Amino acid sequence: MPDLSGYRFTSTHEWVRRDGDEATVGITDHAQAELGDVIFLDLPAVGARLEAGARFGAVESVKAASDLYAPVSGTVTAVNEALREAPERVNQSPYGDGWLLRVSGAAEGSVELMDEGAYLARLEE
Amino acid sequence: MSGDAPRAEWAGEEPLVFELSRDYTGGPREVASGVPERPLGDLLPGVRLRAEPPPIPSIAEPVLARHVGRLARRNHHLHHGIYPLGSCTMKYNPVVDEQLAGLPGFADIHPYQDEDDVQGALQVMWELERLLAELTGMARFTLQPAAGAHGEWTGLRMIQAHHASRGDRDRTRVVIPDSAHGTNPASATLAGLEVVTVRSTREGTVDVDDLRSRLDPSVAAIMLTNPNTLGVFERDILEIAEVAHRNGSLLYYDGANLNALVGVARPGDMGFDVVHLNLHKTFSTPHGGGGPGSGPVGVAEALARFLPTPIVERDGDRFRLDRDRPHSIGKVRAHHGNFGMLVRAYAYLRAYGSDIPEVARDAVLNARYLASRLGDLFPPAVPSPCMHELVVSTRGSRAPGLRALDVAKRLLDHGVYAPTTYFPTTVPEALMFEPTETESKRSLDQLADICAGIVAEAERDLAHVQAAPHTTPIRRVDEVAAARHPVLRWTAEP
Repeated sequence: MPDLSGYRFTSTHEWVRRDGDEATVGITDHAQAELGDVIFLDLPAVGARLEAGARFGAVESVKAASDLYAPVSGTVTAVNEALREAPERVNQSPYGDGWLLRVSGAAEGSVELMDEGAYLARLEE
Repeated sequence: MSGDAPRAEWAGEEPLVFELSRDYTGGPREVASGVPERPLGDLLPGVRLRAEPPPIPSIAEPVLARHVGRLARRNHHLHHGIYPLGSCTMKYNPVVDEQLAGLPGFADIHPYQDEDDVQGALQVMWELERLLAELTGMARFTLQPAAGAHGEWTGLRMIQAHHASRGDRDRTRVVIPDSAHGTNPASATLAGLEVVTVRSTREGTVDVDDLRSRLDPSVAAIMLTNPNTLGVFERDILEIAEVAHRNGSLLYYDGANLNALVGVARPGDMGFDVVHLNLHKTFSTPHGGGGPGSGPVGVAEALARFLPTPIVERDGDRFRLDRDRPHSIGKVRAHHGNFGMLVRAYAYLRAYGSDIPEVARDAVLNARYLASRLGDLFPPAVPSPCMHELVVSTRGSRAPGLRALDVAKRLLDHGVYAPTTYFPTTVPEALMFEPTETESKRSLDQLADICAGIVAEAERDLAHVQAAPHTTPIRRVDEVAAARHPVLRWTAEP
């Protein structure tokens, strides 16, 4: 199990890991398990602006297509290009190789960001 | 396990029609034509003709007949068994409707024929429109849309035209519940509208407080299904309509679930302004394997001028196509929609007459009976009583680890079409059953017994259920590979 102490989670099952002004965004292990095998990701381009709480893309699995919501605001500096050929990385390593975006100028908005314990407790509800 | 042996009639790979042997050329011959053959170039001078004929398969009739027969045996349809595919209303289609739609006066006419030659066809369209209007409480209908989602888009275009006609051009958003049919947000997006999601309560109905918080002058419409995709009647519908209208927004009814209400309650009386119907669901026209469907759209009086053109009008005893509709959003389909479906729906409605509420009552009764039989096996998704369909979750069954997909696949081994799975997406491991009114108690008992058998089997030997289906010609397909590396065209082996 990876160390998730630096990760924060949303009620819509995205995670964000802050590193100063920079941040990495992905979906949670619970999200990938519920979705099942991921087959396609619709992600913004480098330079796109994220707005905390707003839809920034979609993830499609064999079961469903789900919108992705930005945990923080910021500007996209990198998109995980490897997912284009290997979207299964989101299933295999949601907190590692399966990251989605890197963002600069990351700023928190009105989205509630939980630590791992609070997120897992929310899932139990 | 002998019970899991492949059925003889299903055994073996069936070749594609292109791959079938061309060696055998016996069998029936065509009757020689008395018309002399002439080269195509002589008949169509100046037309660019292809240099080589197209690669159309050349197969003797008996070979082709058996090919089609084998495919038909592999197919699942209502002549084989129950088809409880939730949200799709796979009811039995009466044969008489097929016969009536096949009458030459309906089947062999042409859309460009003179109106005087097709008065009967126009009369069917005119009368069907009135029947649908009466059943839904709408003023007028268009019969053009080819299916439900097409109807949604058509309805939203009329809603946009309505707002634009009042000079209100800032209504760019549509509010849709989180449990909605996927076509709702898709149609809204295609119409150029932005989708706002509204939450459901734990009872499975629209959270009216959350809805209120989403409404502002940018909301063009609220799209709802009633009963909703959980099979639950939206009890607060009158309040929702009032909240919507006070905001200047229109209320759109997705008629996919009308089978629960037809003849009993009318969307128009609940405050809906626009309604699409799925003739291929509620009104018993075929739609397994692609239909074609038919998605008429009804509107309240205030929106009637925006209906697609033409519509059928009656002058005394004569029926005519009215194309003089300056406010119309235009045509949404060539000619008059899937006309054969209109004939079938008309025949269905005429056969039921004033007994049509029996359809809804029996559909709800069947679903509730099935819910009572399945309740011990799979916990229901919501506590509310279901209407025409029920959603349960395999999470919480006596067999830990049993997933909705496994139950669905194992049902195929028992000759049952799988229920809808993993929908609505708000319910984990969802199975959505819609038995429809055309199943007998015996048939529902069989389905419930099979489900009980699958749970018991999974308690003993989960791996065997997870490996299902065991008896179908194609076993569990690789959905991931199919999605990631689709092979969409057949090509000859080099």
